[in-house]
Amino acid sequence: MHRYLPHSRKDIKEMLDTLQIDNIEELFNYVPDDARIKGEINLPNMLSECELIDHLSSIASKNKELKVFRGDGAYDHYAPVVIDTLISRQEFLTSYTPYQPEIAQGTLQYIFEYQSMICELTGMDITNASMYDGPTSAAEAMFVATSSLRRKKILVSNTVANRIKDVVYTYAKFRDIEVEEVSDDNGLTSIDDLKSKLNKDIAGILVQNPNKYGVIEEYSEVANLVHEVGGYLIDYVDPHTLSLVKTPASMGADIVVGDGQSLGIPLSFGGPYVGFMAVGQKLMRKLPGRIVGMSNDLEGKRAFVLTLQAREQHIRREKANSNICSNQSLMALYVTIYLSLLGKKGFKEVGTRSYKAAHYLLKKLEETNKFKLKYDLPFFNEFVVTTKVDVDLLNKELLNHNILGGSKISSNEWLLCANEKMTKKDIDDFVKIVGGL
Amino acid sequence: MKYYDKLIFELSNEGSIGYSLPKDDFSDISVDLDSSLLRNDTLDLPQVSELTVLRHYTNLSHKNFGVETGFYPLGSCTMKYNPKINEYVASFRGFRRIHPLSDESLVQGSLQIYYEMEQMLSELTGLDAFTFSPFAGAHGELVGLMIMKQYHLLRNDTKRTKVIVPTSAHGTNPASAAVCGFDIIEVPSLDNGRVDVKALKEVLSDEVAGMMLTNPNTLGLFENEIEEISKLIHDAGGLMYYDGANLNALLGYAKIGNMGFDIMHINLHKTFSTPHGGGGPGSGPVGVKAFLKDYLPAPIVDKVNDKYVFKTPSHSIGRISGFYGNFLVVVKAYTYLLSLGKENIKNVAYYSVLNANYIKESLKDEYELPIDDVCMHEFVFDGLKDKSTGVKTLDVAKRLLDYGYHAPTIYFPLLFEQSIMIEPTEVENKETIDDFIKVMKQIAKEAIEDPELVKGAPHHTPIRRIDEVKAAKKPVLKFKDIGKYD
Amino acid sequence: MSKVVEGLYYAKTHEWLKVEGDVALIGITDYAQDSLGDVVFVDLPSVGDSFDKEDSFGAVESVKAASDLMMPVGGEVIEVNEELNDAPELLNEDPYANFIIKIKVNDLDELNDLLDAKAYEELTK
Repeated sequence: MHRYLPHSRKDIKEMLDTLQIDNIEELFNYVPDDARIKGEINLPNMLSECELIDHLSSIASKNKELKVFRGDGAYDHYAPVVIDTLISRQEFLTSYTPYQPEIAQGTLQYIFEYQSMICELTGMDITNASMYDGPTSAAEAMFVATSSLRRKKILVSNTVANRIKDVVYTYAKFRDIEVEEVSDDNGLTSIDDLKSKLNKDIAGILVQNPNKYGVIEEYSEVANLVHEVGGYLIDYVDPHTLSLVKTPASMGADIVVGDGQSLGIPLSFGGPYVGFMAVGQKLMRKLPGRIVGMSNDLEGKRAFVLTLQAREQHIRREKANSNICSNQSLMALYVTIYLSLLGKKGFKEVGTRSYKAAHYLLKKLEETNKFKLKYDLPFFNEFVVTTKVDVDLLNKELLNHNILGGSKISSNEWLLCANEKMTKKDIDDFVKIVGGL
Repeated sequence: MKYYDKLIFELSNEGSIGYSLPKDDFSDISVDLDSSLLRNDTLDLPQVSELTVLRHYTNLSHKNFGVETGFYPLGSCTMKYNPKINEYVASFRGFRRIHPLSDESLVQGSLQIYYEMEQMLSELTGLDAFTFSPFAGAHGELVGLMIMKQYHLLRNDTKRTKVIVPTSAHGTNPASAAVCGFDIIEVPSLDNGRVDVKALKEVLSDEVAGMMLTNPNTLGLFENEIEEISKLIHDAGGLMYYDGANLNALLGYAKIGNMGFDIMHINLHKTFSTPHGGGGPGSGPVGVKAFLKDYLPAPIVDKVNDKYVFKTPSHSIGRISGFYGNFLVVVKAYTYLLSLGKENIKNVAYYSVLNANYIKESLKDEYELPIDDVCMHEFVFDGLKDKSTGVKTLDVAKRLLDYGYHAPTIYFPLLFEQSIMIEPTEVENKETIDDFIKVMKQIAKEAIEDPELVKGAPHHTPIRRIDEVKAAKKPVLKFKDIGKYD
Repeated sequence: MSKVVEGLYYAKTHEWLKVEGDVALIGITDYAQDSLGDVVFVDLPSVGDSFDKEDSFGAVESVKAASDLMMPVGGEVIEVNEELNDAPELLNEDPYANFIIKIKVNDLDELNDLLDAKAYEELTK
């Protein structure tokens, strides 16, 4: 017997009697002999609960938890404990996609709240119930643009992080979509290069804000230019920065994507996170993935339900624009609870604080005369400094103090990130360590 | 209990907060963004206290049905118990608080999980290498097909633009193939529910890149001609793709690689007990035979001189996710596998198949069993046997909710008009199953004696049937849309 | 038993075609609307779009199904029924009185491949 496998000998006997067979093996007669596992399978022995905890603790202890001054697509932000308390409720954790709305109003309603919040943050009209992660959302946005405009080419600004670009390239390659890069011009998307590459075959351009250097770009001009040829502006945003930075909608974005990880989701060695995609009214029926809508039940009670399903793979099969079936529902709940707890005031305060911490960090670094901001452009909580000291050396020394330093862009360019959890002392200590090298 | 349907926005109270931050000691720094970059609209997030948030979402949770609420026989979804120990382990700081771009030497624990999980899955499936980058089953399918395409292209075999999919396949299969730029050839099923091998032979050509197959198939039936099918596809120069949705039926019993499959995905959130989370996060690792190892997405984990390292395969299809997939989900699946161990793994297949057959045999007098055969971990009825009162599959499903069960999967597969697909999984004991059988028989009886009762179900759920036409025709998709059509 | 109207051309994909000179109205049949159920959205092409015979020119969606609209003959869209944007249910209420698009037919010979009322009735029996 095993604690997950409750069949007693007596149960098995009675069930086999009902089936009029002698042993379970007989149910597997169709399985070809060659496919069967013969003898003992080469897996570890089962571990008891105590042994499991010891074993997994020992593995976890081989990972090193550090104070994080690194961002680069994954951000260490404050997350209230209450989120975990609620997330671990089995009603949220263990349920399936809400196919039976009568017994899934909990999930459906929080997704509706999530959709409301993502629209609020981005300024867009409509969002889906979430996607896998930021980079895959960018790739799916490319599909929305290319298929709704029936064009086979998109542009990507070179100020978009490689991690996002790489995923877009992979998706594009296998669907025969051509991707061309627009060069960057001192930390910003080059308008001249963009102009030279725009034409009526272009379905859109993917940009990022803040971009891979942490620089906040104003994309209204890019939007105007791409709209002139009938294409779409796809804006990949860090939602944390939308606490202060103007919305992608007000810059003219047609499709907004990004990763909700910066809204309090733990770093978790890269996942699970949650992607989002929001669009204007005209692209409503082109959105991939689940969408929740409000209606009422036959007694008139407010009720939520999966809607606009005719877009999806289970109905459209090979004609669907995306093969996505699931969403990252639980992570969307994470974001929803996070934004509820912080609320209007807290979200702005957290943004302000991480902005201030980063700007204080830069100020202190510059005071050492060993670091200089690479692009003298507005940034939020992430920025690139140039330095004469080797970046590997800096990171190595920080590690001795249990700090994860910035990402290495090159041996003398360093992408640093600060957040609202940091105190002045944390930053002063950091600067003291690297200033002495 | 009092009915609750407030939205968090409706609880907002000016000035309330649910967070705390350290004291602001950066008073000498101010936000000096240019007004052209500053947000100037009001950001209408709710303003609520911590306890308000707790009560709100706790109340919402009461309107949900989870695996710990009751029996969840949702076909094709493998709604097994999600062990608590998995969650506990995945919450360790050493897993949760680790930045994905840490140097390899700082994340040996995470890499060890990936490495050992790959070895265990290889042993279980007979495929040689795995990637954990895919986030879900559908994502795994896409990656698997990309590998298939890359394989043909790099051999300069550019004609292979078609993928064969049985008509009984999950809708995701053709959708994934289309997203990967393939054309679809559908092959029909025989009356016994298996792939029509004769029809398959007729569509084979040098344009076929491969075939996607679920085995057991979506009817819960084992494709007993699988060896012949694999041989035909291979002889035609194609590859075999295994959709792992139904792997539970064979876990620890048979190796997928030994049936001729070259590529497969596994749904860790089905077979390996990680929670579905109301729709995700899942994890869809993809396994391949050795000759396809170099095509896997980047990065993969390897072990060199007792150290775990990241590597990029030489002919990699590229990157398909931001980092390395849903790491914490893999931690949970790893924990599950070790809690079963080699002693118990085969019982997953045994008991899930036993349970399914037991239900099927116990209910086939009341429900239409279109293909009367031994099933694997699930099976499909085509509605009630007695359809004279007009009670449909949808009604039966809704009536089950009244009795405290989650409904089975309905109207899939598309082969039958009134499909009801039941998958009990191995974690349910005989008592639970006997109770379910009793209720299903009771509903069949009600359908004859009081059909309106069943057609009007559910009666005892938080809400009754929903006006879905209104939802689709006048979409209200966010708080601020409410009242839009008044 | 679904309704079939005399004097129209029919496609096997359940569109009807009413021809006047080289102009034709296209809609969906009663059989099509009945199998779809409540129509919640009609995806219309734009005026000026050109399609070949058997191209998809749009789609009709219900809650649980979607059906591509196929051109019975090739032609250029000269009018779309904008009313369907706000009232897609018109296709359920009277599928023959509510056209979806009006086209200029490229090649009247293509009409010969379509079914007449009797043949279509036979098909949907």
